[in-house]
Order: sequence, then structure tokens, then C-alpha cells
Amino acid sequence: MSELLLTLLRLGFLALIWLLVIVTILVLRRDLRAPRDARPLVAAPALRGGAKAARAPKPEKPPKVKHGPRQLVVIEGPLTGTVIPLGTGDVTIGRAPHSTLVLDDDYASNAHSRLTLTNGTWVVTDLGSTNGTWIDRTRITGPTPLTAGHTLKVGRTVLELRK
Amino acid sequence: MSAVVTTPSVSRYRQPTRRGAEVGLLLLAFVVGAAAYVQVDLAILGHLASDTVPVLLAIAALLLLAHVAVRFLATYADPVIVPAVAALNILGLAMIHRLDLAEAQRAARNGGVAPSPDVYTQLTWTALGIVLFVAVLVVVKDHRSLQRYTYTAMFAGLVLLLLPLAPGIGAEINGARLWLRLGGLSFQPGEIAKILLTIFFAGYLTVTRDSLALVRTKIMGIEFPRGRDMGPLFVAWFISLGVLVFERDLGTSLLFFGLFVSLLYIATQRRSWLVLGAVLFITGAVFAYLAFGHVRLRVDVWLHPFADEADSSYQIAQSLYGFASGGMFGSGLGQGYPQLVPYAKSDFIVAAFGEELGLIGLMAMLVLYGIVVERGLRTAIACRDVFGTLLAAGLSISLGLQVFVVVGGVSRLIPLTGLTTPFLAQGGSSLVANWIAIGLLIRVSDAARRPDAERVSLEDAPTQVVSL
Repeated sequence: MSELLLTLLRLGFLALIWLLVIVTILVLRRDLRAPRDARPLVAAPALRGGAKAARAPKPEKPPKVKHGPRQLVVIEGPLTGTVIPLGTGDVTIGRAPHSTLVLDDDYASNAHSRLTLTNGTWVVTDLGSTNGTWIDRTRITGPTPLTAGHTLKVGRTVLELRK
Repeated sequence: MSAVVTTPSVSRYRQPTRRGAEVGLLLLAFVVGAAAYVQVDLAILGHLASDTVPVLLAIAALLLLAHVAVRFLATYADPVIVPAVAALNILGLAMIHRLDLAEAQRAARNGGVAPSPDVYTQLTWTALGIVLFVAVLVVVKDHRSLQRYTYTAMFAGLVLLLLPLAPGIGAEINGARLWLRLGGLSFQPGEIAKILLTIFFAGYLTVTRDSLALVRTKIMGIEFPRGRDMGPLFVAWFISLGVLVFERDLGTSLLFFGLFVSLLYIATQRRSWLVLGAVLFITGAVFAYLAFGHVRLRVDVWLHPFADEADSSYQIAQSLYGFASGGMFGSGLGQGYPQLVPYAKSDFIVAAFGEELGLIGLMAMLVLYGIVVERGLRTAIACRDVFGTLLAAGLSISLGLQVFVVVGGVSRLIPLTGLTTPFLAQGGSSLVANWIAIGLLIRVSDAARRPDAERVSLEDAPTQVVSL
């Protein structure tokens, strides 16, 4: 074996083993994004829940809030399209099954954030989550008002207030 | 709660199984391993050894078996765990083959008979490991069923841990009493005990974590558990000290205690357990240093590796020279002198890789370990039941701890302890046990990643009509 060939083999092997590492990491990256890229099994809107809600007798009307936003809409993440009608009660977001919006999101904490209606404005409080609650690009540090047109980010889920 | 979610478009997405990605990665892992094997032959012999092709074919068949098993028995399991582990396993085989060739060359120079190559034994153990990996997937259909055997696992684990002390079958090799010798076969039961004890820790903490987490007394601003809740921690501490004292096995002792403390922390999410664990660990370490000559020797060699180079610190000094001569890019496989380090095939295989692949190559291997541990912890987070979370976390932490303790010891970051490098080092018990652990991890991972739609839900199942 010539020296030159052995040197090439030696450096080539280092390149090869790093190629394995990098390809593995690329597979992991795709894995993280998988839920968003995936195709829906059935068309999203026509769902059992929706049908049931329509048939069921109307629950007591949520007290009207004048002028304020009426819905909280998920615009990004695995639950995209989910709409939460807003009343006057608190809205909790997290992985815990008793949250108002139950997230299936590894990056969200069990009790992640809470929205409270104070003086006609929705105020977001972070409940000590690991990855924080973000309004637009800023991580909130205390109760922060959320208005329509700004996005709320919890884990990989992005939400927005709508009229 | 007045707000109602009206369109729960949850879990209606097709979760990709990622088995295709796994095939690709396995293929690449095989190419890496085969390239290492061939490079060894070319550098040392100048041509392929007569047995290289059959060995590589056998490895390929084993990888295929592992993949087919995952595809049919754990369809949604993580796609990168098996390839990463397989790559490390084949690299270990290649390095053992390389050291076999070095031994044969030396024997030829001295006019002696070449010792029988160890790579066949290691390949046989790899085959057994992968077969048992498949067996785990076949037998354990749902990891939650293991929770039933919590205390059986504890009992069996402790028996296995203590078995080497039994006269007659227990054997002492190189100063540590951790072997069973039956006929010509020797086996380290402690390796299997590790898995059983992980199952026990997971099962035990699933049941008791609430009382361990919630009942507190406050000392100096930090909340600490009550005295009686600390019992299990002390029991774990005494048992690991016992392993240290009677079996003289620093590594297993460290791993055992570290694993229990980390799982306590994960189960309760209380940092005070880490503080308590650290205090107990330091107490135990100081006590061991003062009381036992063999521990003191390890620490002295760690602090002054070149003081007694000809004798007690010969091994670690040679290992450091190996790393140094390897440098950044390494000498190239088959072109260094890793055989100069005693036990280069087993305890010091990391030094052999450090010399021949350099820092760059060794880092790639450490990243592979890191990926496996990360995927294991990710599995733990994604898992829906507490037992599965703790089991996956325990298996991956024990892998990570082992790698840290071995690589840290060989590179003189921490005192050297006798643990095997998972999947790389020569030694059947460790290899087989680690494949079993990966089998369990894949099982939990499959359960964690399986989409809800695939699970039979009572709500969705049609009502059965009984006709009489």
C-alpha cells in the first residue's frame, strides 16, 4: 500500500464517519418537523367533536365581551386550525389533560401559560414553563397583555387572538 | 371553564414510521464499519484478510435481522437508535480485528503461534446480542407489563449483583470479583443486573414518587424530604458501597448510585435529591479513599500518571501517549500502536480509537453515543406513562453514565474505574446486556411515537352485537 493511498483512506474514513453523524442529525431534524409536514388522514374540519357540538343543546351562552376578540386560533403547530371561543373565563394552555387547550407538544410544559381577561384585555401569564411563553419574538417575564395582531407562542404552537 | 374547543383536529395526522430512514442509516452505518474493517486489512496486510468478506456478510445479515424485527415488531420506533448503536458495534469489531492482527504479527516476529483471533468470539456475542434484542421485541409486547415484575426484578438484580461473591462459581479477575465462571465460560452477571435494577427503579419510583416529591421539610431555605422517605436513597447508597467493598468494582458502584439519584430527580423533579445524592456520593468517595488501598491507588494514578510509569500507572500512561500520538487526525486505522496499551481490546479500546482515529474520529463516536442518549431521553419525554418515562430515562442515563465514566477514566478526566465501553469493548456480557437495553428502549420508543389513531380506543370501536 502506498503512503498516499493510506493517507487518503485515513482522511476519507474520518469524513465518512462524520457523514454518518451528520446524516443521522438530518434525520432527527426531519423528525422534529414531522407532524407539520404530515398529510392529514381525513379532511380536518369535519370531525366527530364538531358534529357532536352542533347537535348538543347549546351550552349557556358565553357572556358577550364588547369589542374584544372572540376567539383564540392556533395558527402553527400540530393543532393548527383549532379554535377556542373566548368567554370571560381563564384559558389555560399546556400538556396537562385539564388544560383548556391540551397541547401534544414535547416543547410545552404541563401547565404552560394562562390567559386572563382583565378590564377587557386578555393578559398572558407564564406558569413557570421550561421553554417560556413568547409574544411575537419576546419572552414574557410577567403578566403581559395580548392584543389582536400579535402572536402568542407556546412550545411549537403559535396562537393568535381574532375577532 | 367556559371556553370549549370546537375543532379538535388533533391526532388526525399520519405519523411517519421513518423505517425508510432507518434502512438508509443502517446502510451507511454498515459502510462506515466495513470501511474501517477493510482499511485495517489494507494498512496492516496490504490486502484483504481471507475472513474479512464472510465476517462482513455475517454483520450485514445481523443488521438486516435487527431492521426487519423493528419494522414488524416496533413499527413507529425511533429511526436513529439502532443504526447509531450498530455503527459503534461494528467499529468495535473492526478495532478488535485490528488488534488481533497486531498480536498475530508479534507472534510471527517472535516465532510463536498466533493466538486465536478474538473477533470471532465478539462476533458471536454480537449475534447473540442482536438475537436477544429481537427476542425482547417479541416477548415484551408492551413495556408497561414489566411494571408487574418490579420487585421480582429487584430480587433477581440483587442476586445477580451478589452472585460473583458466591464461592465456587464466582471468580476474581484482575482484582475485581465480578465474574461467574461455569466450565470454560465466564460471564459478568452485573451487566444484566443493571437492566433489572433499572426496571426496578422505574417501577418503584412510579409508585412512590408522589410521597417522595411532596412531603418536605425545609432546611436552610431548601426543601428536603422527610427522614423516612430518604430510606430508599440510603439503601441504594449502602448497596453500592457494598459492591465497592466486596467486589472491588468502582465502576458498577458509581453507575448504580448515579442511576438511582438521576431517576429520583426525574421522578420527583426536586433538585434536593441531587444535593443529597452529591453529599452521599462525596461522603462515600472520601470513605472509600481512606479505607481501601485499591481506591487510593486509582486516585494516585489519576493524579500522577507519570510518577510510577513502569508499574502501577503504566496502563494509563500508555493510553495518554496513545492519545497524544493520535493527535487531531489520528494515525489512521492499522497504522498506530494501540497494542502497546494493556487491555487495549476491552477497557482501553477508547484509547485505541483515540490513537488511530484522532480527536476528530473519537468525537464522531462520542456524538453517536450522545445521539442515542438524546433519543432515549426524548423517548422518555414523549412517553405517556410514568413507568415508560422512567424506564427510557434510566436506560439512556445508564448508557450515558457508562460512556462518561469509561472515556473520562481513559482520558484521565476522572479516576479510572472498571466499566466497559458500551458496544465497543470486547466482552460478551456487556454487549449482550446493552443490546437487550436497546431492545427495551426501542419498545418504549415505539409506544411513545405510535399515533393515537393506531391505538384501539373504546370510543371508536364499534359496539359488538351478541347474537344468541
